Amino acid sequence: MAGLRQRLLGFFHPRPQARAWALLAPGTLWLLVFFLVPILIMLVYSLMPRGVYGGVRPGFTIEHYARFFNPLYLEILNRTLLWSVAATLICLVMGYPLAYLIARSGQWKNVLMFLVVLPFWTSFLVRTFAMIFLMRDTGLINTLLLRLGVITQPIPMLYTPFAVMTGLVYGFLPFMVLPIYASLEKLDLSLLEAAEVLGARPAARFWKVTFPLSVPGVVAGCLLVFIPSLGSFLTSDLLGGAKQVMIGNLIQNQFSAARNWPFGSAASFIVMALVLVAVLWYLRIRDRAPAGVR
Amino acid sequence: MTDPIVQFTHVSKSFGEVKAVKDISFEVQRGEFFSLLGPSGCGKTTTLRLLAGFEQPDEDGGLVRIAGEVVNRKRPYEREIGMVFQNYAIFPHLSVEKNVAFGLEQHRVPRAEIPERVVKALEMVRLDVGQFARRMPNQLSGGQRQRVALARALVLRPAILLLDEPLGAIDLKLRKEMQLELKQLNKSLEITFVYVTHDQEEALTMSDRIAVMDNARIAQLGSPAEIYENPRTPFVAKFIGESNFFEGTAARGLGDRWEVAGGNATFHVPAQPGLQAGAKVRIAVRPEWMDVCLPETIPAGENAATGTVRDVIYLGEMMHVIVTLADGTDCTVALRNEGQLIKPLPWKRGDRAAVSWLPEDCQVLEEE
Repeated sequence: MAGLRQRLLGFFHPRPQARAWALLAPGTLWLLVFFLVPILIMLVYSLMPRGVYGGVRPGFTIEHYARFFNPLYLEILNRTLLWSVAATLICLVMGYPLAYLIARSGQWKNVLMFLVVLPFWTSFLVRTFAMIFLMRDTGLINTLLLRLGVITQPIPMLYTPFAVMTGLVYGFLPFMVLPIYASLEKLDLSLLEAAEVLGARPAARFWKVTFPLSVPGVVAGCLLVFIPSLGSFLTSDLLGGAKQVMIGNLIQNQFSAARNWPFGSAASFIVMALVLVAVLWYLRIRDRAPAGVR
Repeated sequence: MTDPIVQFTHVSKSFGEVKAVKDISFEVQRGEFFSLLGPSGCGKTTTLRLLAGFEQPDEDGGLVRIAGEVVNRKRPYEREIGMVFQNYAIFPHLSVEKNVAFGLEQHRVPRAEIPERVVKALEMVRLDVGQFARRMPNQLSGGQRQRVALARALVLRPAILLLDEPLGAIDLKLRKEMQLELKQLNKSLEITFVYVTHDQEEALTMSDRIAVMDNARIAQLGSPAEIYENPRTPFVAKFIGESNFFEGTAARGLGDRWEVAGGNATFHVPAQPGLQAGAKVRIAVRPEWMDVCLPETIPAGENAATGTVRDVIYLGEMMHVIVTLADGTDCTVALRNEGQLIKPLPWKRGDRAAVSWLPEDCQVLEEE
């Protein structure tokens, strides 16, 4: 055991450069093969004419990108953006107080954080199906309300924007809570005491100290909710039905039923461009924050 | 002529089962430099936090008064205090000037007044305004942060400034400089300083009065000279400066002296009110009040104990001679270094020697 360790150390030690490369190689190779290459393939596909039986044929065209700017697709994009922004804001409004309370709950905070990530133990698909059982006309919520006599007719919930929004918020809330919690948890409490001696009442302490220092967590949380919302298709497919199509469903459909890979690729690139804008916005905010807050 | 700005009356504070502060009473005079000195866990920081308002005394846990008014239930922002924290607690997201302006904004000082007051506060702590005002805290050294923390507290012109070991994290030379500066600010601004430290030298250097805390209580309260030259308990004698301890039994009174029979020697101590024959007596003697001589040449009328020189230590301005006495305890004698190259001490390891001291230099200690 020790001999092997010595040999390994001996191999890496005299060449720090080699050691760095050896450590970087697996990850780099992985990303190269499974991320960069597929993206390049998609880029190429998105610029080639569509084949008769799916796939592509040789040539160059930007028609797939042009086709996207059609009122029908723009409406889907618009809806997707709107819902993603709404889901992000709802997650923020619900997640911030949650993260704040957990960060302030002393010995319980690890238990509470565990509970926040507990849903990840089951598959997202299973959890989304569970929401169908909750929200359909004969589901738990409607049955309960009917039995209690609160309503006489089941409230239509499934296959409405409400269902999609609920699914998105439910699915992505932990991604909002985690980074906000991380930034609040490391907040130096003596800063709040300093603010208090300087005359700041609770509201001022929050808005002048706690919140500004948690902005990097808020922005990270918003991105972690916004980006997957933008690309989500499972939630809208299962909970939204045919009427609540999001851009993710459109893309998925192009690659499966419609067999229009070039158009699906083009739509993907347009979504990626939107994500890029969001990330650049994040980097700008992060770099504006002083180094002590990062 | 007392004008107390802070009064603690039988104040107690517990955290669960732990009594952090037990029934302490003291007053701080207006304009005074008052130090709370003690080892970690002695309750000094809790005492400061009780004064700041971060902690409240227990139910029936006594009264804290500021300027005569009971403030037990008042929040920190309702007390006219400033505070410098141990880690400075500079807001990392605000520039130096915004940090200093924070309190002014919270107190709704007119916008037009703020820049001028910020500049004044920065000048007060000798931070160059042009160079530092717009810097972010992470671009400052420890000493500079400390000055910002001080300016941020002073800009509100508080009646009392609380300082929680503010010099703990900066290097020795700068610390000495800051000690003098703090003392000067205390006198020139006429702000009362309440200073928490575990560094006895720091407390002696700066304070008008010191409360030595031990085990959640005040062991002794007095001027630096009183604390150093007349320690009342073994703890104080040990914690502030160095002391040699002797124990014995009171034998008989001799007018203004008492004769005490100890293990190493029979010695005389100043008469104590209420001292009775047979009582246990414990005394402390400062090393610099003792002398070393040959057992044959003990000066008449002085107390002495004989032993063997264990070590001679060179300290620069002082020399320490450590003598192991008959019962095996070590006694340290501090002698002025008059130049070991010209006039070396005549002692070396293994020499027979006696330590001697005057009866009036015995500090008779109380039981703790």
